[in-house]
This record gives sequence, C-alpha cells and structure tokens, in this order.
Amino acid sequence: MDVPEPESLEQLKQRLNRAAEPGELLAAVQELSAYGDQPEVIPLLIGVLGYNNPRVAQVAMGGLLRAGRRAVPELLQRLDGYNYGARAYAIRVLAQIGDPRALAVLEEAARADFAPSVRRAALRGLGSMVWDGLPQPEAAQTQVMQTLEAVSRDGDWGIRYAVIVALELWWQAGNVPAPLRPRLDALLQHFTQDSDPVVQARAQFSLHRRDK
Amino acid sequence: MTVEEAIAQLQSPDVSQRYYAAWWLGRFRVQAAVPALLLALQDESDRTALGGYPLRRNAARALGQIGDPQAIPGLRACLQVADFQLRGAAATALGLLGAGQAIPDLVELLTATGVPSALGTEELPQPYPAILLALGRLNAQGAIPHIQPFLTHPLPRVQGAALCTMYLLTQDTQYIEQLLQVINGADTRLQRVLLGDLGETGYLPVAAAMVQVQAEPSFKLMGLHRLLSQWLSTQSQPLDWQALGSVFALMDGLL
Repeated sequence: MDVPEPESLEQLKQRLNRAAEPGELLAAVQELSAYGDQPEVIPLLIGVLGYNNPRVAQVAMGGLLRAGRRAVPELLQRLDGYNYGARAYAIRVLAQIGDPRALAVLEEAARADFAPSVRRAALRGLGSMVWDGLPQPEAAQTQVMQTLEAVSRDGDWGIRYAVIVALELWWQAGNVPAPLRPRLDALLQHFTQDSDPVVQARAQFSLHRRDK
Repeated sequence: MTVEEAIAQLQSPDVSQRYYAAWWLGRFRVQAAVPALLLALQDESDRTALGGYPLRRNAARALGQIGDPQAIPGLRACLQVADFQLRGAAATALGLLGAGQAIPDLVELLTATGVPSALGTEELPQPYPAILLALGRLNAQGAIPHIQPFLTHPLPRVQGAALCTMYLLTQDTQYIEQLLQVINGADTRLQRVLLGDLGETGYLPVAAAMVQVQAEPSFKLMGLHRLLSQWLSTQSQPLDWQALGSVFALMDGLL
C-alpha cells in the first residue's frame, strides 16, 4: 500500500466527517481501511465501529485487522464503555489479532460484560490467543481455562456455544499444555449433554472432528 | 423431571406447569407423550384474556418437534380454531411433519376472505408467514399460484416469507436476492423477526443467505440457532456432520 500524502489523509478525514448518507460513508471508510496500517488512521477506524452500521463496521474491522498488532494499544485504550455494539466489534478485532496484551481485557469481558455479543467475541478470542509472545504462558493459560470453566454453566446458549468454539480453536492450535488437556476434554464432554440441542450438537461435532 | 412426570404434569391443576410440560416434552421429543399432547390440543381451561389457547399452542409446537404423523389430524383441526397464534404454530408443525395432506387446508387459509378470529388480527387475518413457509417445506408446487400474490404484500414480514417460500419451491436464487433486499431495507426489529422466520423453516440451504444480510451479527446468530434447532428436531442419529459443519462454520464466524 502506498503511503498517503498528508493532504489526502486529511481529505479522507473530512469526507468521513461530512458523509451525510450511507453510501458516502461506506466509500470513505473503504478508502480509509486501505490505509489501516497508518498510525493516524487507526483511531479513525476505531471511531467508525461506533456508528451503529454493521456494513461499515465490517469494513473498518478489515482495516484494523490489516494494522494487526499495531492497532492493539489503541483498541484497548479506546474500548467504548457505553456503546456495546462498538465494543463487540473492537473485541472481535482483538480476538482475531490474538495479541496477549489483550488477554486481561478479553477475560474480563468474557466473564462480566453485560452484553452477550461482547462476551461471545471475547470467549472466541481466548481460544485463538497467540501464546508464542509470552515467555511463560502456562499461568495465563491456566487462568483462561478457569474462565472457560467458570462460564460453562451460563444460562445463555450463545455463551456456552462460544466456550466450545474457544476450546476447539485452542485445541486446533496444538499448544494446550499437558496438564490442561484433561480439563479441556472434560469440558467438551460436559457440553455433549447440554440442554440446548444446538450447543449439544456443536460439542459432538467438535469431538467428531478431533476423532477424524 | 422424568418422562412420566412430564406427561403427568400435562394434567396438573397449575396452568403454567402444564405449559412448561408441553414445552419440555417437545424439547426432548418424547414419543410416548403424543396421546397426551393430542388431548392437550383440545384444552379449554388455559385461556388468555383475548380467548387464546396457550397450552394448545405449545402442544402443537411439541407435536411438530416429536415428528409422529399421528399428530397430523389434530394439528389440521387446529388450523380452524379461533386463535391466530395456534394456527401459526400448527402450520409450522405440519410443515416440520411433512404433512402433505395438509396442503389444501393451508392453501385455503391463504385464500380465505373471512376472518375467523378477532385474535391477533390487528395486521393480518391469518398467520401468513407461518403458512407460507410451511407450504415451502412441504414442497407444495401446486400452491405456487396462491403464493405469488404475497410476493408484493405490503407488509415486509409477509413479503419476506413469500420470497423465502418461492425459493424453497423453485431453488431460484433471484428470490433470495430479493429477500436480502427486503431484510436489508427493514428496521432492526423487523430484521430480527425476518431472520427468525427464516430460521423457523429449518431448511439448511437458507443459512448462507441469512449470513449475507447486513444486520447485527447477533440477530443472524439467533436466526441460525433457530434454523439448526428446527432442523435437529427432525433428524435422527447419526447426524449429517457435513451439513451441520457448514452451518457451524457460519455461526462460529458470527461470534
């Protein structure tokens, strides 16, 4: 990607602020997203997550994913405490980046956010965490397992579903420490008896996938 | 709760316990409960302020999930009862049961001009979305001429159901494209309802289209959960892992 001229970035900012109708907004965010790896663009894209527009948020998420780990500090700092829609999109980005700097935020969100969409996204992020960056990940991994166990009896099927997906992603990454493996298996087995048929089938599917 | 307890609870003096028992028996697909649930379709004691039959509605839903064709005559009779929601629940159940013999009854409700019930009729005389989608599930090719007028129905909810039904019947993707336009143009409340209606079909090929909708990921996730719940309620072990896996991949992506 070419580095944008300062003027053109300024122009893009103005277009974003002036966009009066959905088409203009989408076009501005699309162009902005292409510059996702520019430091000045990251806060703008994070702001767009709060526009309450799923289509536009999707494009902004793409831009932030392009920035990858460079976007993590800003994403953490600018997490929107009031707009749970924006928070869910930001947590989804953090989940996909998998940077352990987001670990504490993801764990807190998985356990205690009042919005189920935020909790689901955070749980998925706990499963797709990239552990290579940590010198001694085992303590943090044990903590994650505790969080997954703690929410596994949640009354909301979506939360339990997200726990299964987290377990599956973690298992697929192939870096579950040996002492945690029996706990992971026990948790998956527990979900094969879930009261929700979809959750139950998701756990069965996960075990089936492993057996293959 | 054991199966025996749940069946006994269908006769409990407590209305809310009976209502719960009917749900429970459907959820666990208790074959042995079919006679008791058929009796519950005749219940007169559990009535809403407007004259509706909550227990009958839940019994109809449960019979659809259990999947015993013995329930078909009882459910067909429900289509004539003066309770809008009961007629909708019965239509959905008949669709899930594959009750081809109910097609003429369903078509009759689509074309009826009289209003059989003052209940739940502020907007519609009949639960058109449920009726249309049931006809789709039943592959009622002969009903197409009666379904087509609903493609231009003024209510987006009905229009959406008609488009989905035409897709089920013809596999023509132009209907899915139009359906996506209707959903994308709807307000958030209606988007949620339309995604729920699609989920109600339990027809897995609709899943990919549901994900393309420009709506909150949560609504799509809930719609897909409904879709899979309905589908699973008609499946026996061993499950079709490939079909399941394709929907799970979509759901996982919405977390």
